[in-house]
Amino acid sequence: MNDSTNPRTPSLAEHPGVDDWISIDADGRVTVHTGKVDIGQRISTALAIIAAEELDVALASVRVARPRTGTAPDEGFTSGSNSMQESGVAVRLAAATVRRHLVTRAAARLGVGAEQLEVTDGLVRVRDTNRSVSFGELTGGAPLGIAVDPDVITKSPDAHRLVGAVRPVGGLEGLATGATRFVHDLAEPGTLHARVVRPPHYHARLEALDESSLASLGDVQVVRDGSFVAVASPDEYRAVRAVERVAAAATWITAPGLDTTDVFRRLIEDPRESFPVVDGVPLREPVPEERPEPVGGATLRARYERPYQMHASLAPSAARAHFDGETMRVWTHSQGIYPLRASLADVLDLPRERVVVEHALGSGCYGHNGADDAALDAALVARALRGKTVLLKWSREDEHAWEPYSSAMVVDLRADLDDSGAVSYWSHETFSDTHRGRPRAGPNRAGAGRLLASRYLADAVMPPRAEPNLAHHAGIHRNADPLYAFANRRIVKHLVRDLPLRVSAMRTLGAYANVFAAESFMDELAEAAGVDPLAFRLRHLEDPRAREVLAAAAQRMGMPGPAPHGRGRGLAFAQYKNSKAYAAVAVEASVDDTARVRLHRAVIAADAGEVVDREGLRAQLEGGFVQGASWTLHEAVRHDSGGITSRDWESYPILRFDEVPEVETIIVDRPGAPFLGAGEATSGPAAAAIANAVFAATGLRLRRLPLDPDAIRRAAMS
Amino acid sequence: MSELRLQVNGRERTVDVDPATPLAYVLRNQLGLTGVKVGCGLEQCGACAVLVDGESVHTCVAPAGQFAGRSIVTVEGLVENGEPGPVQRAFVEAGAAQCGYCTPGLVVAVTALLARVPDPDDTAIRTALSPHLCRCGSHAQVMAAVRALVSGTRSGRVGG
Ligand code: FES
Ligand code: FES
Repeated sequence: MNDSTNPRTPSLAEHPGVDDWISIDADGRVTVHTGKVDIGQRISTALAIIAAEELDVALASVRVARPRTGTAPDEGFTSGSNSMQESGVAVRLAAATVRRHLVTRAAARLGVGAEQLEVTDGLVRVRDTNRSVSFGELTGGAPLGIAVDPDVITKSPDAHRLVGAVRPVGGLEGLATGATRFVHDLAEPGTLHARVVRPPHYHARLEALDESSLASLGDVQVVRDGSFVAVASPDEYRAVRAVERVAAAATWITAPGLDTTDVFRRLIEDPRESFPVVDGVPLREPVPEERPEPVGGATLRARYERPYQMHASLAPSAARAHFDGETMRVWTHSQGIYPLRASLADVLDLPRERVVVEHALGSGCYGHNGADDAALDAALVARALRGKTVLLKWSREDEHAWEPYSSAMVVDLRADLDDSGAVSYWSHETFSDTHRGRPRAGPNRAGAGRLLASRYLADAVMPPRAEPNLAHHAGIHRNADPLYAFANRRIVKHLVRDLPLRVSAMRTLGAYANVFAAESFMDELAEAAGVDPLAFRLRHLEDPRAREVLAAAAQRMGMPGPAPHGRGRGLAFAQYKNSKAYAAVAVEASVDDTARVRLHRAVIAADAGEVVDREGLRAQLEGGFVQGASWTLHEAVRHDSGGITSRDWESYPILRFDEVPEVETIIVDRPGAPFLGAGEATSGPAAAAIANAVFAATGLRLRRLPLDPDAIRRAAMS
Repeated sequence: MSELRLQVNGRERTVDVDPATPLAYVLRNQLGLTGVKVGCGLEQCGACAVLVDGESVHTCVAPAGQFAGRSIVTVEGLVENGEPGPVQRAFVEAGAAQCGYCTPGLVVAVTALLARVPDPDDTAIRTALSPHLCRCGSHAQVMAAVRALVSGTRSGRVGG
């Protein structure tokens, strides 16, 4: 058995039949079913490649079905860089089982032994003859009705013709020509365009709506349920303008406003629930005291801070919905069609079978953005306007001000250096609100309560209390425990609840802040030990794959070695969740005379196990770097008591073309090794590599994100 | 409502619409050109760019009435005989999109740039693309696509 199929995936335990994953019609066309959705990471491309490889069919004959509840396997959420390990492994095993089964059938049909058969492009042929039968003829389009064999022999990597090959990225033509339809583009004749009229802030409630002033709105309908207000019109622009009119006719109770106490202080001072983390897993045990500082030794301490940051998807969230009085149909770019269905059914008080959720394309989401909330908004309007198809879109302001953010975090680090300059003790404490706000069904109507509109309905459902996630490298403590071989370590997770802003899962969850902190601190320690940062890391790193990517990135960047005048170089490394892709990032940066950090070059070296779709992997790694660099240099969600003040791209800027450096990416391929999720591997190292480069260039050690001109000036003055 | 005559992708089109409606909505909803994306409606992100008399222009705010009599080309209009045009092909070959929501606007901006400056250097490319946001981080692949077009123009492979 091939390594990459071990361990057996949870997806397969839930869906053990081959027909759950693969169907072949009478013409030999292959359809792959998955519960994982494409969010710009091209999971569908990778799954098609895997299926075509194992089946020995042409890649062009494989299609990946758009996930819809009722037909797709239930694989929960597309998140945590798990798609390849879950769906990828399931599809590989299912395809290999199907191929073996069809070859056996072909042998019986052709009256020869299976060993005399070969398969090319879905045609089973008796070797050196013209006698053949196709997969389509063998299945006749009927389900196979057999179970996936978890021990089936899959192709050995050296026999791969598709996996890992360099090929142009599939599916891009429609994006470049404008033919691809996103959920935003699904209006049909008769569709009503809808928008939500938002309260001024989270806690505001509708006191009155002056209906008389709405009479002149023409063909605009106003839908109201408690403090949830929306408008719908056959003309989209009229709906857009009606939002302003309705907002002007609304009176809101706005007290109490948002809490404006410094969130970094609250993270440290507020009541919290704390857990020691051992081998990446939080324990329900008392947190051990820090050990006393060694007399005469070197002890370093530092506090790192990361503000609230947002997904800021390029397209505001949207959804289409239709209710015929029986069944609610929803088209959504949610990352979890089944959990969303359960939560929608709860809010709408419908049995689950009468809610059908189908995935439609959205723009890149990078976690839990407004997609699920927009789906409920659309469903509420569709329920009120029965029989109409409703296409509801959030505005840019809605997305910026109402999406669930990634929590602000504080990381306190301490390390002791022994006489040889090695780390003899490491303490890492992370303070954060939850990273779990997805609409996952749970006690106390948790799923429903996590959908934004629920709390504004007349029959309101409030968000549930956040429960600590005690899974391996889950939210707050993801990558809190570095891969280095430190002799003694103390890792602590602190869950701090009820902070002012709405939060949920964003790309890397807590890993971004934890890696930023630990890898910045590694440079501070190297400096204290008088050792070069690369050598200092290698001294503490045993895993050969980790050493290899680190050394490769450093070498390509020319580290150690002098940077061009005025510039500095920084290096950082992490293995995402200590179990996914290994990634090292090196950056060359300078600070210009307007106190802006300029990135000149970046090098990524990564090991994601066996490479399936090389260009897709590269895009994931580089995209993760760019997004991480953007968070690091620019991003902080700001608010006052009246609400969120980061409401557009000017008040919440992101990295632009003239700020993105040249990126060189080195991919270490490991044929036959397990797939390792890579979509989140580079963002944390990007942050620390930039901070370390800024230090190398200027001598300024910045520990609070973002590293914007204000932060640079403040550091330069102190 | 009134009749508005627009010249879009080489054809004369008449739409019955409030002329205050931003052009992007008219192109998308009245003319079905959904390759024109709306990302902000605030002229801040570039997703809605189309060519107006050859220039890359944001269409999410400016009223459609302002565009009467001018030549409008959307990303769909850059398709040649049913095949992707040269800029579109370069994007596909370079893998220059992840979610692709920013892609139509970028294709338009690159087309406008190359019409103006056939041989732009990296700085000129970055400056021309800076009004366009991409949250997925496809920047490096987009740069590669444009560079491939530029070197293709130099060697005479791709018509400008
Ligand atoms: S949609 Fe027009 S610039 Fe963003
Ligand atoms: S590819 Fe997603 S925004 Fe650019």
